[in-house]
Amino acid sequence: MLLELIVVSVIAASTPLLLAAAGELVTERAGVLNLGVEGMMIMGAACGFAGAYFTDSTLLGALCGIAAGAALAAMFAALTLGLAVNQVATRLALTIIGIGISGLIGAGFVGERITPAPHLALPGLSALPFVGSVLFGQDAFVYCSVLLILAIRWFLYRTRPGLVLRAVGDNHASAHALGYPVLRIRLLAVLFGGGCAGLAGAYLSLAYTPFFTAGMTAGRGWIALALVVFASWRPLRLVAGAYLFGAVTILQLHAQGAGMGITPQLMAALPYLATILVLVAISGTRRMAGSTAPASLGVPFVPDR
Amino acid sequence: MLVLERRTERSMVAMVVSPLIAITLTLVTMAILFALLGKNPFSALAVYFLDPLLDSYGLQEIVVKATPLVLIAVGLSLCYLANVWNIGAEGQFLIGAVCGSWLAVTTHGTEAGAWVLPAMLVLGALGGALYAMIPALCRVRFGASEILTSLMLVYVADLLLDYLARGPWRDPKGYNFPTTAEFDAVATVPLLIEGSRVHIGALFALAAVAIVWLVLSRTIKGFEIRLVGAAPRAARFAGFDSSKMVIFTFAVSGALAGLAGIIEVAGPVGHLQPNFSPGYGFTAIIVAFLGRLNPIGILISGLFLALTFIGGEQAQISMKLPLDLTRVFQGLLLFYVLACDSLVLYRFKWSSRSASRAA
Amino acid sequence: MAATETVMGKGEPLLRAAGITKRFGTFAANDAVDLDLHPAQIHALLGENGAGKSTLVKIIYGLLQPDAGELRWNGTPVVLSGPAQARALGIGVVFQHFSLFENLTVAENVALGLGPGETLAQVSVRLAEVSRAYGLPLDPAREVWQLSAGERQRIEIIRALMQNPKLLILDEPTAVLTPQEADLLFTVLRRLKDEGRAILYISHKLDEVKRLCDTATILRGGKKVATCDPRQESAGSLARLMVGGNIGDVAVAPHKPAGNPRLILNDVTLLPDDLHGVRLANVSLDVRGGEIFGIAGVAGNGQDELFSVLSGERFAQGEVDVVIDGAAVGHLAITQRRRLGAAFIPEDRLGHGTAPRMKLSDNALLTGHAAGGMVQRGFIVRDAMLATVDRATKVFDVRKARRDPEAVSLSGGNLQKFVVGREILREPGVLVVSQPTWGVDAGAAATIRQALVDLAARGSAVLVISQDLVELTEIADRVAVMFAGQLSQPMAAASASRETLGLLMGGAGMELSYAGA
Repeated sequence: MLLELIVVSVIAASTPLLLAAAGELVTERAGVLNLGVEGMMIMGAACGFAGAYFTDSTLLGALCGIAAGAALAAMFAALTLGLAVNQVATRLALTIIGIGISGLIGAGFVGERITPAPHLALPGLSALPFVGSVLFGQDAFVYCSVLLILAIRWFLYRTRPGLVLRAVGDNHASAHALGYPVLRIRLLAVLFGGGCAGLAGAYLSLAYTPFFTAGMTAGRGWIALALVVFASWRPLRLVAGAYLFGAVTILQLHAQGAGMGITPQLMAALPYLATILVLVAISGTRRMAGSTAPASLGVPFVPDR
Repeated sequence: MLVLERRTERSMVAMVVSPLIAITLTLVTMAILFALLGKNPFSALAVYFLDPLLDSYGLQEIVVKATPLVLIAVGLSLCYLANVWNIGAEGQFLIGAVCGSWLAVTTHGTEAGAWVLPAMLVLGALGGALYAMIPALCRVRFGASEILTSLMLVYVADLLLDYLARGPWRDPKGYNFPTTAEFDAVATVPLLIEGSRVHIGALFALAAVAIVWLVLSRTIKGFEIRLVGAAPRAARFAGFDSSKMVIFTFAVSGALAGLAGIIEVAGPVGHLQPNFSPGYGFTAIIVAFLGRLNPIGILISGLFLALTFIGGEQAQISMKLPLDLTRVFQGLLLFYVLACDSLVLYRFKWSSRSASRAA
Repeated sequence: MAATETVMGKGEPLLRAAGITKRFGTFAANDAVDLDLHPAQIHALLGENGAGKSTLVKIIYGLLQPDAGELRWNGTPVVLSGPAQARALGIGVVFQHFSLFENLTVAENVALGLGPGETLAQVSVRLAEVSRAYGLPLDPAREVWQLSAGERQRIEIIRALMQNPKLLILDEPTAVLTPQEADLLFTVLRRLKDEGRAILYISHKLDEVKRLCDTATILRGGKKVATCDPRQESAGSLARLMVGGNIGDVAVAPHKPAGNPRLILNDVTLLPDDLHGVRLANVSLDVRGGEIFGIAGVAGNGQDELFSVLSGERFAQGEVDVVIDGAAVGHLAITQRRRLGAAFIPEDRLGHGTAPRMKLSDNALLTGHAAGGMVQRGFIVRDAMLATVDRATKVFDVRKARRDPEAVSLSGGNLQKFVVGREILREPGVLVVSQPTWGVDAGAAATIRQALVDLAARGSAVLVISQDLVELTEIADRVAVMFAGQLSQPMAAASASRETLGLLMGGAGMELSYAGA
């Protein structure tokens, strides 16, 4: 039973990371480094909660979260794509705005409760021991995150627009020379990434907890960014990374619960320390194996006219 | 069609005008936000930006709050000029506070003399610098993005502070509040003017501004910093080592952030407790950019953002406006500053496509 | 115009560009340019760097919109809003700087250039067919970063051919090719001409144009100066049209016997520092005082690595691998090498030799901080920096709008004169210079070559890395060829024939020259 509980909670803890990182992966593949995942996530959490509170619908709440993330991403796009401003600084500005606005919106909802997102119940299957709750008893967000990864993989490697997107991230000048609308493709990728981050935030406030508190994303947006590096910009490796991190988060909670006498603050710091270790390990080996990062990542594109 | 065209030379007019446009746009947006929240925009703006300037308490508070902002931002400007992205100054600020506080806690109630405070300041700066070495070395040695590692370390520093203040360093006579005992007099930053709130930390901030200005504009080290950031390959050709520059800028900015941390704790706060920082390390990033990475500009923008902190507090008390508004304001300001900055590098031009059709 | 009619009078042109004008700010890159391209003709577009060739090509391909003038395709006026429209008409372009995607495969690169409608598998099949038909072998599944420059150009050519273009434009296609690879390209181009396609061949190499082209249009300073039959012209008359007036010859000083070796490389072997780099293998040379030593070779054969091991931007394996004026400097940084009297001029003047967005005075400090009075106790001496700028301006005739503008605002030739002046005015004992006149107008090139010759005449050792054989045979005393990270035996420049050098540049005869070593 404990194992089953742990596996279910690992899945729940991994899903927001996976959703946010999946969106960022597409954004970065198009050559844009959107560091504002944290801000878009918290916006998604606040707006998603507000939406669900007023409509009493998890689906509409999730859509509000997506819209909020995408809206913040649109502001980012206006500056970095439209005005070719430094992408790092812009993202910091929008993270701060996102945290501030979400606090404003969320202030009215602190302590409120909503109906948590419904879990899938397949007669018979969900009742199966272990497999039932792990595979057939999750909420819609979890299935959505897995489908999203498969869809992204198919899109990037099997479709023509996916090829064009990778090309834009690899060499925007050449893509422009071939007549591809670099900025439009990047805009769409940024909006998609924003929507995914918003959805990830909405998952936190609609299904994971389910309530809203200020700063509830607690650095997950930043960890999602690290996951994209960890996955070397490949969708399937992202799943492995997200679940690994989910597992670290849950294990430290359980270790605390089991009263193993380890300082709770040290355990709480584990996910962050693990992120640093992973970044160091991945960056170190990637140097030797040759970079798979999109070559134009983070470089502003100004069409030469 | 409106297009961007790179200027061959920087526009001096645009450099002066663009921050003014940014501030105006921010004020307009804030006025709209106030109206949306059901407040009179004009009186709200007055509470935010004028009232603190009208009494002596407000003016003193501005200096007190600007002190850590300017100290941190001046260090960060060196990083950003060198194209090194230290965004974990908040963590270095907290660790500086922790390291300096260690001495205050250890010597508490003993006969230790006047050497305690200087030693605390040194420890604070050292602690901040050493903490900043972690992301710097990860970047130099392994190529790990310093943006993410320095940020992750903020969370870690926060948890360490939490642990110490609730655990080993907690004041036994403190009614179970998570805080250390009030620091002794020898471990407290003296006031600049007796009876005021302004302490000698303000002098440290001014000194940092002056020294960094001198270094950037007059020394070969300043040239090295600017060159490494502006043209990395040319910098290597000039014989400057970009890895050493990462270490150097992280060390300096970490030391200044750590110094700001211990000054804040040993000054206005008076003891170590969790959440003593209202996010100075993050706000300092805005200060650095708003001041266009120039020490003098940072001094001005630091005072301006300190004003928003005070205004935000007063607005919360007198108009029941949430504190998060201050954050929105700061974020918006940075957003508009960055947007307007592209006026300096680029100019808008109507594309001649229509002309070619007409021909 | 009468002369034009006689050459071109073969009925309706496939593409007519009339009165094309394009301005960037106040600068007219194209000024009322006319151009007629006919089927089954190879038409050369001749001009120096900056004459407006690339701008015209971009307009014909829809990448730029002209400010005035019109394009007619088979007699019908067309406005090209983008490359897709140009491709739909039947225009294909092979750019000088390959617009390829390094991390994508050959087939993916080609598919991107073809537009929608074909699956990747179909593209791969067709690619293999075309490459077989024209004798241009390519593996569709390989990623581009693994390919050589010649193979990369093949991708571009095949990509263009797969669209079955009526007009094929090639922008300086032989710049990166060995003479032998260029011959293969010419065979393919002649075949395309026989198939009835129009070809626009952009070049500044006169002998190629005379060998290959039926018609030539010459641009100078953005204006069309003539259209002629290059086979009827002499290389000299074409050059005069291109440059406008006679070029000043370099006066070679009467030769003193060479002095002692001042720069020595001992068996330098160096691993590449990235995937695209070249491994230097046992490179040895010595340059004597008073001598100019030339290193020829097609770009990307280890010249960049050689330059960085000479300058100290990368360290050699052994201390004694590099010797400057008797001092073993293999493990010394560039600043220390400068203090020993060495100076370096890299190929890329914008971003490597100078910081583009910094003032010239700052750029003087960039190399001048090592020695000389620009830095005192850590403080910079602005007067000394400005004095260097002024001296370089005066001695090398650097034209600029202000006393101390940003480097990026100078034209290529003027910036190169500044960079060369900055180094030569320090009177270096050893000068290493890479591609000294690349992309520089004829006047500036002559000034720079003269300065190099004069420096050597004053007793300095000068090492010139260049792709320009004419330049090397003109100023160098000895020449060696770099190929795949190896250096051939040096030979006296006066006795080195173009054939010998060309063969060595293509990698033939390397073993032979090493057998003797």
